[in-house]
Amino acid sequence: MSLLNYFKRKSLQSASVSASVAKDRLQIILAREHGNRNEPDYLPKLKQELLAVVSKYVNVDISAISVTRDRDGDCEILELNITLPEPEVTK
Amino acid sequence: MAKVIVVTSGKGGVGKTTTSASFATGLALRGKRTAVIDFDVGLRNLDLIMGCERRVVYDFVNVLNGEARLKQALIKDKNCDNLFILPASQTRDKEALTQEGVERILNELKETFDYIVCDSPAGIEKGALMALYFADEAIIVTNPEISSVRDSDRILGILSAKSHRAVNDAEPIKEHLVITRFSPTRAEMGEMLSVVDVTELLSIPLLGVIPESETVLSSSNAGIPVINDKDSSGGQAYVDVVSRFLGEEVPMRFLDVEKKGLLKRIFG
Ligand SMILES: Nc1ncnc2c1ncn2[C@@H]1O[C@H](COP(=O)(O)OP(=O)(O)OP(=O)(O)O)[C@@H](O)[C@H]1O
Ligand SMILES: [Mg+2]
Repeated sequence: MSLLNYFKRKSLQSASVSASVAKDRLQIILAREHGNRNEPDYLPKLKQELLAVVSKYVNVDISAISVTRDRDGDCEILELNITLPEPEVTK
Repeated sequence: MAKVIVVTSGKGGVGKTTTSASFATGLALRGKRTAVIDFDVGLRNLDLIMGCERRVVYDFVNVLNGEARLKQALIKDKNCDNLFILPASQTRDKEALTQEGVERILNELKETFDYIVCDSPAGIEKGALMALYFADEAIIVTNPEISSVRDSDRILGILSAKSHRAVNDAEPIKEHLVITRFSPTRAEMGEMLSVVDVTELLSIPLLGVIPESETVLSSSNAGIPVINDKDSSGGQAYVDVVSRFLGEEVPMRFLDVEKKGLLKRIFG
């Protein structure tokens, strides 16, 4: 390795992680998007409407609602999960 | 049997038209009767890259609307006897791109050509969907860059769910990955996703890697697809892509940083 290269490499050590960060982020997002691939077209709208109803009573945002469609043998299951927020702690 | 091949990517500006032009030219140079269609209705570009812009009389939409016959609209390439170009229209709206219309034209082309290459517009709107709908094989053009990889993945999802083959439960579209604008130096330094990274993420077979190459721009300027430039790395990489597509085993090139001479090794 030449001397110049040595310095180049030093200054690049921070950059050298950037591609692997990109790869990690892509792995996560692609996995999530693959999960959404076979979701029926009405699911996003269903989530929005559920959110509208639920938030009349509890303060939740869309990420707290998960709706998935699954198949168990002959049986199609629509699974609905709403994570309620932690009750507020009064100090 | 004639084959329809879509060149697609989701993301814009990654090299679809560059790839369509060189790939189609390469097939024709190998003796295959080839037609290349510009699906980018409203933004005609392929004619410029192929250097036939002054000979456009009728376009794809004219044929779809029955205003011209296919034979009148097809432009014979100036260098290559086996190659014909069907240009996009510049003005008409995309509504002319109907499934029935596109199918009719493709079927007519299949009677005379071995390969029909469809240069897709960017995005996942009608033009892109029509370009891929009837495909038998797909070339996914991807830059080693985060948003390009994600968009390519999205397009793979559409190919496997919304194409004619998918809808009719036929054999799936055969997918090929072409990584373009790859810079070995930047990948080695860890600034750019590597070829292995991109191939793993998309998990489809790699057909080739086209390095970032200055001759791509000068070739576009001249209207001669870069594959004709036998001295450039870009041109050679496209020649390899065509050979592999035709079933030959050709080792990958231009993946590593060039070995340097002594002086260069000292002065970097
Ligand atoms: N291997 C390469 N090296 C250098 N420049 C390239 C390379 N491939 C493509 N380019 C440049 O990138 C730009 C976009 O290329 P091109 O028009 O082929 O992309 P596209 O995917 O068809 O774009 P659009 O989505 O707008 O249709 C052009 O300026 C082209 O010269
Ligand atoms: Mg284009």
